[in-house]
Amino acid sequence: MSNTNPLLDVTGLTKHFPVMGGFPFKRKIGAVQAVDGLDFQVAEGESLGLVGESGCGKSTTGRLITRLLEPTGGSIKYRGQDITHADRKQLAPVRSEIQMIFQDPYASLNPRQTVGKIISGPMEINDINPAGGREKRVRELLEIVGLNPEHYNRFPHEFSGGQRQRIGVARALALEPKLIVADEPVSALDVSIQAQVVNLLQDLQRDLGIAFVFIAHDLAIVRHFSQRVAVMYLGKIVEIANREDLYGNPRHPYTRALMSAVPEATADDVPARERILLKGDVPSPLNPPSGCRFRTRCWKATEKCATEAPPLVQVSGNNDGHLTACHYPETTETVPAQRLAESPEAAV
Amino acid sequence: MTSTDQQPFLSVRDLKVHFSTEDGVVKAVDGLTFDLAKGKTLGIVGESGSGKSVTNLTILGLHDRERTAIDGEILLDGKELLTASERELERLRGNKMSMIFQDALASLSPYHTIGRQIGETYRKHTGASKKEARERAIEMLRRVGIPQPDVRVDDYPHQFSGGMRQRAMIAMALVCDPELLIADEPTTALDVTVQAQIMDLLKDLQQEFGTAIIFITHDLGVIADIADDVLVMYGGRCVERGTKKEVLRAPQHPYTWGLLGSMPSLDGPVDVPLSPIPGSPPSLLNPPSGCRFHPRCTFAEKVADGRCSSERPLLEVTDGRGAACHLTADQRRDFFADYAATRSH
Repeated sequence: MSNTNPLLDVTGLTKHFPVMGGFPFKRKIGAVQAVDGLDFQVAEGESLGLVGESGCGKSTTGRLITRLLEPTGGSIKYRGQDITHADRKQLAPVRSEIQMIFQDPYASLNPRQTVGKIISGPMEINDINPAGGREKRVRELLEIVGLNPEHYNRFPHEFSGGQRQRIGVARALALEPKLIVADEPVSALDVSIQAQVVNLLQDLQRDLGIAFVFIAHDLAIVRHFSQRVAVMYLGKIVEIANREDLYGNPRHPYTRALMSAVPEATADDVPARERILLKGDVPSPLNPPSGCRFRTRCWKATEKCATEAPPLVQVSGNNDGHLTACHYPETTETVPAQRLAESPEAAV
Repeated sequence: MTSTDQQPFLSVRDLKVHFSTEDGVVKAVDGLTFDLAKGKTLGIVGESGSGKSVTNLTILGLHDRERTAIDGEILLDGKELLTASERELERLRGNKMSMIFQDALASLSPYHTIGRQIGETYRKHTGASKKEARERAIEMLRRVGIPQPDVRVDDYPHQFSGGMRQRAMIAMALVCDPELLIADEPTTALDVTVQAQIMDLLKDLQQEFGTAIIFITHDLGVIADIADDVLVMYGGRCVERGTKKEVLRAPQHPYTWGLLGSMPSLDGPVDVPLSPIPGSPPSLLNPPSGCRFHPRCTFAEKVADGRCSSERPLLEVTDGRGAACHLTADQRRDFFADYAATRSH
């Protein structure tokens, strides 16, 4: 991670959605604090994973970075250029370098357009004419994402879910982006197809040096795909670190609880990590708890947690770049043991 | 009413479910056999279109009778369900067997209070009064861990969070203490921390009441957490079955290997690419000949004479363990050993 010259530099990023109500004149009666003061960087060619449960603000973050939403506060810098409130015209060149892959491969492709038209769309909009013509480029892209270039004239309904997601990937690649925001790119797919798409994205990241902001709720997939991972809870980053540190030495109680809740496909009688069952539900982002937002579900919460929001800092015992927002971070002793595959003698 | 070891509580024999559609006959389930004892959990794993949900709708008699051709046998506590009349099934549903669906919001009526929806089933089967039903609903909500059940009983579904709705569904399914509970992807739409809560709840309730549970999921991790026995389905057929330990530790079918290889884990190696299954699931309108997995199977060429594409592999079950594959036992052991070696470092 290089803080000196990151590709994307986000500081204090905030998005509050106003809630209108009242009679007879609607006025603002509150705000959903979807994202509240995020700081993170993405280096070139790096993949940053954003994990968290529904409503934690991870998708909003993705939409803020791509400027599909207007931030309420904070700043977003892309290659040193402030794009927080840039207008359409200023954004145009940046937009071609930041692309997005959406979750639902059924809703994100226009059913009336052929695959060729869908994938060449970004080139048309930006008036890009690659050598050899757009059609040739589209055929190349289809080949890159593992589809048959002959399918240029087919419509989305002729493809399966996994193939459609590949079309979405090809469209995102059309402008040779430097950064791709992938919002739950595989969660709508079957397990065996998920792995195909994850491998494809990983090849692209390696071969084309594209940086990713990889948004997902599946901790195992994020670990597999991202070199650095940020855990979000109720609009805030509670912990951020490279994956070895985050998964090997989670310091925030929420990170730990989240990991302990992931069921693993092993038949061991003793679970690999202590199971922490969180009580209750995530509080409403309309009226988040004071101080630390996790305190209402945290087994360690004290008076201090209610009054003082813990800063996201390198708490003692953390490696460089491992930041945790907690007054009482967890200790290091329980590192999940590497589980090797079962001995093959047990087979048959 | 009690079942013995000789006669399992639920027994499905050679079940075939075919739908006629405009495009032709869909062979959604094609010869499925399994047993389930009381107090046990059977996990059914498979991808979309593998026939896992259809199987269970058929057990409950919730299929479209006019368009469905069914063959085989489903015995619940010795009673044949496929020939039972709609009235008999109505008496059983909600009472002796019940179901939890994936999407709790779509399965609850938005116009009625939670309490009324839970109480309705109870009144229908026990003839209890409105007041008794309400008491029962409160008790059920308390049991599934809804705070302030005497207040929340009058709430409407939209006032509940996702996890609470799923709890309310469970309360509704369990209100008559059913002996068989079918849970169709009950946690798929939930966050992991809530999923963990719901699975704990199901386990507790099973211990308390000795309910037999069929748990349908696509997630092998969930299976590892909750199931006793596992059935792996592909293209409408069972490709592998056994206890949880047998299937997860020493899977014998290439499809099961593929499923395990497709899933990253929280503490496995990170720089090894996943090993996905090539291709995509088959169309059940026109399923592949022979073994339905053979077009995607990397081991099909290891079997002589192209048997994989010409001959249906039989599921030979001994002591509840078996896999439907033409590979010999020795071949499978060697291939799995290779597979395990690539996954461990």
